[in-house]
Amino acid sequence: MSKAGITLETVDPPAAPTVRLPRRRGIELALIVLAVLLSVYGYCAVGLARNGTVPPGAAGYGAGLGVLALVAHLAVRWRAPHADPLPLPIGVLLNGLGLVLIYRLDLEAPGDPAAPTQLVWSTLGVALFTVVVLVLRDHRVLQRYTYLCVTVALVLLTVPILFPAVNGARIWIRVAGFSIQPGEFAKVLLAVFFAAYLAANRGALTYAGRRVWCLQLPTGRVLGPIVAVWLVSVGVLVLERDLGTSLLFFGLFVVLLYVATGRTGWIAVGLLLASLGAAAVGRLEPHVHGRIETWLHPFASIEAGEGPNQLAQSLFAFAEGGILGTGLGLGHSVLIGFAVKSDFILATAGEELGLAGLSAIFLLYGLLVERGYRAGLALRDPFGRLLAVGLASIVALQVFVIAGGVTGLIPLTGMAMPFLAQGGSSVVTNWTIVALLVRLSDRARRQGGGGDIR
Amino acid sequence: MTRHIRHAALFCVLLLAALLVNAARVQVLRADAYGADPANRRDTITRYQQPRGDILVAGRPVTGSRDTGEHLRYERTYRDGPLYAPVTGFASQEYGTTLLEHTEDGLLSGADPVLAPLPLWNEFTRSRNAGGKVMTTIDPAAQRAAYEGLRSRKGAVAAVEPSTGRVLALVSVPSYDPGLLSGNGRTAREAWARLNADPDRPMLNRAVQRTYPPGSTFKVVTAAAALDAGVVDDLDEPTDSPDPYTLPGTTTRLTNGARGCADASLREAFVQSCNTVFAKLGVTTGVARMRAMAHGFGFNDGDLRIPFRVARSTFDTTVDRSQLALSSIGQYNTRATPLQMAMVAAAVASGGQVREPYLVERTTRAGGGTVSAAGARPVRRAMHPATAMRMRELMRGVVEDGTGKKAAIPGTVVGGKTGTAQHGLGNSGTPYAWFISWAQREEDMEPRVAVAVVVEDAANRREISGGGTAAPIARAVMEAVLKP
Repeated sequence: MSKAGITLETVDPPAAPTVRLPRRRGIELALIVLAVLLSVYGYCAVGLARNGTVPPGAAGYGAGLGVLALVAHLAVRWRAPHADPLPLPIGVLLNGLGLVLIYRLDLEAPGDPAAPTQLVWSTLGVALFTVVVLVLRDHRVLQRYTYLCVTVALVLLTVPILFPAVNGARIWIRVAGFSIQPGEFAKVLLAVFFAAYLAANRGALTYAGRRVWCLQLPTGRVLGPIVAVWLVSVGVLVLERDLGTSLLFFGLFVVLLYVATGRTGWIAVGLLLASLGAAAVGRLEPHVHGRIETWLHPFASIEAGEGPNQLAQSLFAFAEGGILGTGLGLGHSVLIGFAVKSDFILATAGEELGLAGLSAIFLLYGLLVERGYRAGLALRDPFGRLLAVGLASIVALQVFVIAGGVTGLIPLTGMAMPFLAQGGSSVVTNWTIVALLVRLSDRARRQGGGGDIR
Repeated sequence: MTRHIRHAALFCVLLLAALLVNAARVQVLRADAYGADPANRRDTITRYQQPRGDILVAGRPVTGSRDTGEHLRYERTYRDGPLYAPVTGFASQEYGTTLLEHTEDGLLSGADPVLAPLPLWNEFTRSRNAGGKVMTTIDPAAQRAAYEGLRSRKGAVAAVEPSTGRVLALVSVPSYDPGLLSGNGRTAREAWARLNADPDRPMLNRAVQRTYPPGSTFKVVTAAAALDAGVVDDLDEPTDSPDPYTLPGTTTRLTNGARGCADASLREAFVQSCNTVFAKLGVTTGVARMRAMAHGFGFNDGDLRIPFRVARSTFDTTVDRSQLALSSIGQYNTRATPLQMAMVAAAVASGGQVREPYLVERTTRAGGGTVSAAGARPVRRAMHPATAMRMRELMRGVVEDGTGKKAAIPGTVVGGKTGTAQHGLGNSGTPYAWFISWAQREEDMEPRVAVAVVVEDAANRREISGGGTAAPIARAVMEAVLKP
């Protein structure tokens, strides 16, 4: 990235130089085929390990995933031909792998299959991906809906309070047998709002306002609304006991504020506030307190004679996997219990695919995030840049919070592993994120010149 | 802005690095510790994922495996559980394993690396071999005869083949059905609690895990020591023993149940089981020679395994003369397992040689290939062959015209020794009835079986005597072995 980007970022270039960039749609197609084949291979491996036969649905499953991926690919080819060729195949591979893992866990309790539902949601996700790629011709359109986004996001966040809590968290609504996690959708909307608001008020945030000590504070009029939105979201989520998402929103806010204003002081203030908040919540809220205790002493429940808790079981599963894993279908991660297909899906990956497979998964996420950041660097409009960074950071933070939680790195906060975990809202949301990243990268590469993504 | 996007990206890289490092920590560095955590059920699940290999008696499995379809999939089943419990022990998902199920666990469960076709192959594939089989030396007819004989009594029987040391019968009554403990459900827990609370201790393997005062059966050891040392030369020579016999250094007077013990010959004393004669004989022989002889038979050996551990039988060697006198008639601190006393009888029967007893004839892979076979066992000479000859004579006398007449089998040479062991505070307990014996068909070259029987209780105190209660059981076992 050249220094020129900085001067270009606030002004639209007069005209894009007519450099013919390679579109790389062929690479994308090849990678998609590879992703589908890998998923089908995983599906067959589970069947072979469990029953010694290729599962009867393998062909249909492969065809279904293949058709979905192909539709998405054609949409990209048609309406975003310059897009980065990596995000879509990564989404297909992670989603396919997630379906394999859920199918594999379904075999442990045949009465309660989750894979078919997940496939339906994945279809819905890919459909939404296609719609976004087809309909949203220019991401800057979203800027017009800044306040609609934040309103809808806050409504979505608040609605679950009216519904009964499930497993200690009040984040679901149940409609006609389907349970939806509206907070998942709010992620994208809030990212749009943060990006749009910060892009619009960058100057005021950076330079206006009083100077206190060595910190230049922006005026309350500018900072007020966004801090309010952030506080409301986090406050609501704490009420709903959705720790993961509140952590995610906090992280997203701080990252975007830093990128928009370039002020390290904001990070310091954010961290200070977060530590104070975390200390207060961790002390006062028994649910959170319990999570922290479990994190500090994962085996305390064993010593107390109550048997291993979910985190301990998760650690056992990862440990059993070792470097190469037990092989798909051959682990015992089902011991983790009720959240094994959702929050703890990574433990199954860790046990059956080993450190090698787990690292590969982490690197896939890393690659997706990297492509998001690259699009952000290449784009010229601040909104686009912030949106790309925000969306990529959502993926990164989600992965870190949940993967760190189930491997004992940080206290466990319930959240869905993007694409892998069982959860319709999550799959749909993450496909939307990938769609927006595809759209942003298309724009970035179309601009040419300094906007090329290598 | 570009610079700050790069900073944010760097932050994401740090997060990714933290995840990778931590995953490596959990999956590599801590893997063994987590894998070995007792709360980690993976080992247990793997262990019960396949049927356990079987324990065989005379070629027929006495165990089996049942597919429960549960998480711990295969449960152990037992055919004639109570009959073979002192041999098999139990294999419980909840309470672990005991006896053969324990000592042969690696083989039965398939975990033993010797089952692998290639070294390290299982390490690589993470697979487990099918469980192997354990063929025991038990003679089912003898086992059943002993069990039926003891029925409703409390006691134990051990029988061995003198020429080899093969254990032919190992019975403990009251017994229990190990199948009750196989699972991990409520029934298993209830059975466990009930069996442990039972004052009769049905899970105690009396034949090898419990020691009793051997009483007069120990006179075989004393007589052998006296003969071997030359303290007595002629079986029919008077032994110059008083009746009653005052224990050396005390005023305690030892009496006899039988008459005619004063100055009796060794033959008469043995046949009538005179306490006075043998107490004095033990003192005359001396503690060193008594100890050597007891040791030769296997007393004071804490390492005997058949392959599970056999409780140590004891002959106290730090005794004064009066204690030695009591020890010599199987009282004071002298204690023996039924298996130990069967070894005593076997040593006499096989010309003074003691063969280490064993219970596993052969172990094989699931397919039948031999993993190990009972090789040559260590042989110890307990006494001079000439002494053994004279001891056989003495023991035959007991069965032919002494206290052990009920053990006689027509057409068969049987030698035996009765015992009635006092125990409890001030001898308040119901005495234990002992009988040890061996038998040889006239056409055979050597004795085929040596038995020890102990009965802990009987209807009344008078009935208790080795000859009356225990000898018929021993005879039934010997007949079962000798039956063509």
